Amino acid sequence: MAKLKTAIVLGATCAGCDVAILDLNEKIFEVDDLCEFVFWPTAMDFKIDDLLALEDGEVDIGIYHGAIRTSEDLEMAEILRKKAKVVVAFGACANFGGIPSLDNLPYDQSLFDLVYEQVPSMDNPQGTVPLEIIELKSGDELTLPKMLKDAGALNSVIDVDYYVPGCPPMVPLIEKVVDVLKKFSETGTLPPKGTVIAGEGTLCEECGREKPEQISYHAFFSPQETKKIDPDKCLIPQGIICMGPATRSGCGALCTKMNVGCRGCMGPTVKVKDHGLKMISALTSLLEVDTEEGMTEEQLEKIVQRIPDPLGTFYRFTYGSSLISKLHSDKEDK
Amino acid sequence: MSEEKRIGVFICRCGRNIAHTVDIDKAIEEIKKKHDVAFIEENMYMCSDPGQNLLKEAIHSKDLNRVVVAACSRDMHEPTFMSATKEADLNPYLLEMANIREQVSWVHENKEDATNKAVKIIESAIERVKMNTPLTALEIPVTQKALVIGGGIAGIQSALDIADSGYDVTLIEKASSIGGHMSQLAETFPTLDCSQCILTPKMVAVSHHPKIELLTCAEVEVVDGFVGNFKVRIRKNPRYVTEMCNMCNDCVEVCPVVVHDEYNMGLSPRKAIYIAFPQAVPAYYVIDPKTCLGIDPLICSKCAEVCEQDAVDFDMRGEIMEDTFGAIIVATGYEPYPIESIGEYGYGLIPDVISGLEFERLLSANGPTAGVIRRPSDGKEPETVVFIHCTGSRDPAKHLPYCSKICCMYATKHALQFKHLNHNATAINFYIDVRTAGKDYEEFYKRAAEEERVIYIRGKVSELLQDGNRILIRGVNTIAGEGVELHADMVVLANGLIPSEGTKEISSILKLSCDSIGFIKEAHPKLKPVETAISGVFVAGTASGPKDIPETVSNASAAAAKAITILSHKTLERPPQIAEIEQTTCGKCHTCIHVCPYGAIYYDSTSNKVLIREALCEGCGSCAAACPSGSIELKNSTYRSISASIKALLKGEEMAQ
Repeated sequence: MAKLKTAIVLGATCAGCDVAILDLNEKIFEVDDLCEFVFWPTAMDFKIDDLLALEDGEVDIGIYHGAIRTSEDLEMAEILRKKAKVVVAFGACANFGGIPSLDNLPYDQSLFDLVYEQVPSMDNPQGTVPLEIIELKSGDELTLPKMLKDAGALNSVIDVDYYVPGCPPMVPLIEKVVDVLKKFSETGTLPPKGTVIAGEGTLCEECGREKPEQISYHAFFSPQETKKIDPDKCLIPQGIICMGPATRSGCGALCTKMNVGCRGCMGPTVKVKDHGLKMISALTSLLEVDTEEGMTEEQLEKIVQRIPDPLGTFYRFTYGSSLISKLHSDKEDK
Repeated sequence: MSEEKRIGVFICRCGRNIAHTVDIDKAIEEIKKKHDVAFIEENMYMCSDPGQNLLKEAIHSKDLNRVVVAACSRDMHEPTFMSATKEADLNPYLLEMANIREQVSWVHENKEDATNKAVKIIESAIERVKMNTPLTALEIPVTQKALVIGGGIAGIQSALDIADSGYDVTLIEKASSIGGHMSQLAETFPTLDCSQCILTPKMVAVSHHPKIELLTCAEVEVVDGFVGNFKVRIRKNPRYVTEMCNMCNDCVEVCPVVVHDEYNMGLSPRKAIYIAFPQAVPAYYVIDPKTCLGIDPLICSKCAEVCEQDAVDFDMRGEIMEDTFGAIIVATGYEPYPIESIGEYGYGLIPDVISGLEFERLLSANGPTAGVIRRPSDGKEPETVVFIHCTGSRDPAKHLPYCSKICCMYATKHALQFKHLNHNATAINFYIDVRTAGKDYEEFYKRAAEEERVIYIRGKVSELLQDGNRILIRGVNTIAGEGVELHADMVVLANGLIPSEGTKEISSILKLSCDSIGFIKEAHPKLKPVETAISGVFVAGTASGPKDIPETVSNASAAAAKAITILSHKTLERPPQIAEIEQTTCGKCHTCIHVCPYGAIYYDSTSNKVLIREALCEGCGSCAAACPSGSIELKNSTYRSISASIKALLKGEEMAQ
């Protein structure tokens, strides 16, 4: 049976997703048996022309990781859509915009200036900044892709068939993908369009920490501030922010098993549109449930104020596809 | 939901209430354009019979499968239109109301803008109703038994009325006897019949009634559950005397402990073993554990030694009992305003300045002076007594902002009774206004002022001072416009009413909403005077505000009648718009369990599922908002339907900005 022609295309990515694929260890041989890589620049020497040279629809499986940050990312996504029968959004960035989309904040130029001029670690006396076009003395022009206004998820620009979340997708999930590919190769059947290849419930199912019947907490701590985190008990009553309750299962709860609160890289469940908002709603509902009525707004606010970088905490991976980012970008437009 | 939506929209003019501000014809034109709207009509009064018939006929003739009524608030008329929908054989939960009165015509003036807003609200309701699914009301069993909390006249009356209707009642009272404040009164205005004489038959009726379980020395600790099924935990404090007591009084004679008698407002002594008053119900003695020397450690056991009935039991322990009730009546009453806090009147420092209830005890035949008015300081009979109305009441700056309603009348009664006892004596009443709004009250006041020559001075007393063995009263006569200084042998302060400690405790246990003073709020001050915000919990008597005896009694009977409307059903229907958990996405994180104010959500370890006790769910939506995985939704208020109705409301907004 013919191998599946597979293309792996990169957007705004750290390439951790590529490394995650290689983390399959011996299972990588199965991938090799299944797939013929027609494009995977991280692993082999491919140029864009190699992809363009393929017929439309010639690629069986197109995997895209990274956010849509620049005009090049957009172009690559569009090419992939044209060439591939099936497109898979791979990793948190392609699924939700990921960490690159945190800069969709209404900062505009000031963020740019901060990064290239003002941060204390920057030594840039000439004030050199990246430009889209530079004319060389020879008369040649060098170009860089254009920054798009917002960084977004893959499905904000092209039609996406399947989703594999995670930062990066964990080995068990990639194994699932391999199984899907195997079945496709053998029987020609695929899961229903739009399927998220991950769990359906939330991380709490996989975490295994003991939850009290009635959860509440009275303060937030950064992990380094607490003397001891009980490794067997739910983190939230211990004051450690954990996105687990709002986050899709499938990763095997790697972080909470290491005493680290879930950061939410698997994104929300199918029911939720705005991951961060839902977690904020849950956490504030649980804040001092028993004594809340006797407390003033100021007292409650003081507790909430201790959350460092709320946006980065609650929207670390999903800001680009959140409702609240639309609100921000609307404001920016005006 | 793929069936074709045939939505009927009915717009109410509400006379001119809506039509004055909303252009009904224009609204109809706009709504007509909407997809899925199969029929639209307006009516002068949709809630009228012709209006409802219009709705019913259209459902049949136009084959409607969804209905939107654009009229007033849900609270006002949703039940009306739901029953009309039901009568037309359409599931009543396929109806939505669009509030274009309270939310539009009553709050706007500009007709064009108001019309646009009305259209949007109707469109939003249309979007919502499209997503509604037919629901069936939940049937829950009713425990046909009532709990009456508080054994004063209100509680007694409520308990008797419910029991006489054939339902079981548990009447619980904190003190050792029922009777409440009314048992302390001498005579009652305006008829001057003896309070004990009219109260004690009712007390006896309570103790003999086969349908009434009477628990004295008992308090409510926890209330769980909901209308039809309140689970109540009651603490029965030990009485230390058993029912074997035959009231021979031998124990009292040997008891060495002497303390102030609360029944007589501290004006007489009692022993540590005692009976609250001779007609107390239940009729057996009680030991005051705070002062008795026999209770842990056993220092004295004289009473037990002389008791021939062996009725004294120092080892008696409190008991916790749990029971289920269909309805609860709160009749926890009032207490007099603490007049110690009015420094200028010197209560507590000047011995012959006394409170209204103390004077009441002096007037009583079973009181400390057997009905003869004597001064606490020297026991002499006073010749001149000053009665000060509105002590604490109607003084928003320093004391109570409200009128305590009964003080004018009881101060008048005090003066009248004092004059009856000593015709040559002088009774002077200082008042702000004499408020006599009750049957025969004005006549009673006239009788005091004109026939019995009680002197009424309109004005406030600014201070009371001990002057030799008399009291100097400094005040003002606001009619004459001059200061007043006079001496009296005794001053009686007609103190106002505040909620009792019991009222405050029970309102926090039941989570009843109270006004700023602490009186329990009625569900509606006019139309639901005995209902509370919690379905199945009623309030009777002074727990909801100052009342005289006739008003308290009729209030108590009303509360009983309301409770019976619940008890008389074997099952109750509850709205089915409750929370539902999507098990595939639920991560069992337990967030909802603690957030639910009704204890309706629990974790079932056998099935490893978080589940909802449907009968307990009030459909408040707290869990749905808190659920971090979005797995909880309210029936007919799903994410999809809320989002669709919001989108309809915001439609066109982006372009406008």
